[in-house]
Amino acid sequence: MPTPRVKIPAQAAKGEVFEVKTTIDHDMESGQRKDSAGKPIPRKIINKFVCTYNGKEVFKSDWAAAISANPYLSFFLTATESGSIELKWHDDDGQVYSASHAITVA
Amino acid sequence: MRTVKTGVTRRSVLAGIGAGAAATLVAPKMALADKAATDEAIAKLAGGAKVQEGKVKIQLPQIAENGNTVPFTVSVDSPMTEASHVKAIHVMAEGNPSPQVASFTFTPTGKATVSMRLRLGKTQDVRAIALMSDGSVWEAKQEVKVTIGGCGG
Repeated sequence: MPTPRVKIPAQAAKGEVFEVKTTIDHDMESGQRKDSAGKPIPRKIINKFVCTYNGKEVFKSDWAAAISANPYLSFFLTATESGSIELKWHDDDGQVYSASHAITVA
Repeated sequence: MRTVKTGVTRRSVLAGIGAGAAATLVAPKMALADKAATDEAIAKLAGGAKVQEGKVKIQLPQIAENGNTVPFTVSVDSPMTEASHVKAIHVMAEGNPSPQVASFTFTPTGKATVSMRLRLGKTQDVRAIALMSDGSVWEAKQEVKVTIGGCGG
């Protein structure tokens, strides 16, 4: 199971724009490579990333094979209310990797 | 201009240019993605809207020594309010086996800036288009020189 690593501030002022930084361990096998026997290695990548803030979808991203291994992603949100930020990575094989982060908005 | 004797004649230079031109004519047939395919994909994403240059900014190294992991940031000069915001950014790489790189879907929050790391197969233009809440579409592109390609073999 790949381990996501997430950096989000624990506290923010109401209306403050803050950065969400994430990485997750994943080979992002592109489907372009061949093994030592010359057989193509099937594609297996994380194809979708979704971020929800207190249950509301605020940011989404679709990825192709051109995203590097161990994908890094940074984006920005506005602090509106205290609660939780949920991050989900969707793998080609149907697995979903998730991380959750509590934020206090004063 | 001074004449320098190098052994390179006008004829040999012209022959070289001819060979180069023939190679460029053949090359697009071998590549799976190219400028035309990317143009087509962008026109489709724009959904009939006119694609204008500006507002979008791509940050990439000029020279990427390792095409396997090229740092990339795209940002759009726009507020992120309910009334006016960026709805989506689509990123394309003209010289990769497939032009699609990533799409980002925004809501009126934060700011329209995203960073990732890309795989680039060879020296090429990376392009980004932004779809705005008012229906306008903006584009930017930047060339990256790739020393070692990142698409495997």
